[in-house]
Amino acid sequence: MTTQDYATRISQIIQEHEADIGAEWMAQLEALTVRSNVVSKEQLRRHCQQFLTAFAKGTRGGELQNMEHRSWDEVRDLLSEISSSRAKGGSTPSETATFVFSLKQPLFTRLNAGFANDPAALANASWIISSLLDKMGLYTIEVFQRARDQIIVRQQQELLELSTPVVKLWNGILALPLIGTLDSARTQVVMENILQKIVDTGAAIAIIDITGVPTVDTLVAQHLMKTIAAARLMGADCIISGIRPQIAQTIVHLGVNLEDVTTKASLADAFVVALERTGTSIVKKG
Amino acid sequence: MSAALNNAVAFDTALLELHARLRTGRTTLPLRSDEDVVALRRHVRERAVAIALSLVDQTKLVTAASELARNTIKYGGGGEAHLDALEDGFKRGVGLIFVDNGPGITDLDMALRDGYTTGGGLGLGLGGSKRLVDEFDIDSRPGEGTAVSVVKWKR
Amino acid sequence: MERIPILRMGDLLLVTIQVDMHDRLAMTLQDDLTERIVRDNAKGVLIDISALDLVDSFIGRMISNTAAMARVLDAQTVVVGMQPAVAITLVELGLTLHGVKTALNVEKGMALLGKNHF
Repeated sequence: MTTQDYATRISQIIQEHEADIGAEWMAQLEALTVRSNVVSKEQLRRHCQQFLTAFAKGTRGGELQNMEHRSWDEVRDLLSEISSSRAKGGSTPSETATFVFSLKQPLFTRLNAGFANDPAALANASWIISSLLDKMGLYTIEVFQRARDQIIVRQQQELLELSTPVVKLWNGILALPLIGTLDSARTQVVMENILQKIVDTGAAIAIIDITGVPTVDTLVAQHLMKTIAAARLMGADCIISGIRPQIAQTIVHLGVNLEDVTTKASLADAFVVALERTGTSIVKKG
Repeated sequence: MSAALNNAVAFDTALLELHARLRTGRTTLPLRSDEDVVALRRHVRERAVAIALSLVDQTKLVTAASELARNTIKYGGGGEAHLDALEDGFKRGVGLIFVDNGPGITDLDMALRDGYTTGGGLGLGLGGSKRLVDEFDIDSRPGEGTAVSVVKWKR
Repeated sequence: MERIPILRMGDLLLVTIQVDMHDRLAMTLQDDLTERIVRDNAKGVLIDISALDLVDSFIGRMISNTAAMARVLDAQTVVVGMQPAVAITLVELGLTLHGVKTALNVEKGMALLGKNHF
């Protein structure tokens, strides 16, 4: 039997027994599903039906080894949709892949009957179906991962937004408290945000307060220096405040050159300097 | 007019095949005049936007392209630039290759260091551009030509 | 031939760069500015680059040279509106624009020029 022969035969078998296969598959899934609130029964039935139809159609196409082929487009799209919605609903990757794998048994039962007189062909057909469904199961996991990754990226963005608050201390003076551990990647994004906020508010001086930063390594120190240089190029200036003794030691040890930059231990001190620079002074009454 | 190039640059460099496996779409632009540099910047910007590079990364890439394109014209006697869309698994990037048939660079180490120049400028072309991109490769043979390949990946 | 327009406001010259400049255009601007400083007896030059999403070493050099020539001609130069992405890229490139004063916007730039009026 050629591959196309298998393809035709298998898809025939599926079509003939579509309703039964579907029912058995649903039964298996219901038995296996621990959390039934993620996917409603109605939705599950719909998914199974759509998948079986698309799967039969795809099989007829004859490309039984290559899941990337055009004839499997509909199946892949369907799996993407199912997998993404389950990812968002909180299913585990295993539960989603199980959706595909549990189709094996009902299919094998029908294959057994359909190839009853030809054990060699039955072995081949079983192998073909098994490989196909394995690939599809893995595909659902990949899509699942991608969907989850997107959620993580979005949450990271939101966290980043939260961790760069801007406080307008006075006309033309901004305070930007940095909070949490700064790694190289995060520092770059945070620095870009600081510069953008300077432009948005037209601030003459930005006080970058690092009281809330536990450690500073060479890369972070370099990024800080680059940000200050960039701010100066733009026409603003920066003061670093909140340098704790440990960080001061680290900076000296690392040999970072801070000569050009004004640094103050506290935000209050930095504020006073900023006021002086912008030509404002505070007068005590009485 | 940037029609099909009649005389594609004849500098046989391995750099042209550097990311051959990962290429999904190549545009080749001539680099002979000032206007060509402007056109190149526009194309590079479009490709950077297409893979959703952050604004800073876009700017870095287009600036590096501008520097290297100018080198090709000023020191290489003119040449061409190949713009590639790269895909490595789920990672997407933009690859640029600048090729010329010029005199080549005799002392590469010196040229890559900041401040080096024979052209009366600030000499920040190569060393500076290198810092703006993720991958930087150069193949220069005196008397034959120069090829510079850079890649910026979407972070 | 295309040129970038230079506006005169009292003894101030105002240039707004809004196009992607090719090298020849940048050189023409440099020449035009120098000539106008003399002709109009200008004391200040304000270069607005808020529309520029790219400043490479050639344009950076043009700006530095313009400022240097202006100084020789007894005029002050202020560059305003540099975009953050451009500033970050210039720092990475290693371009310092030494000797060029900068301000965040036109308003602040004019204030800066007014203050240092000789």
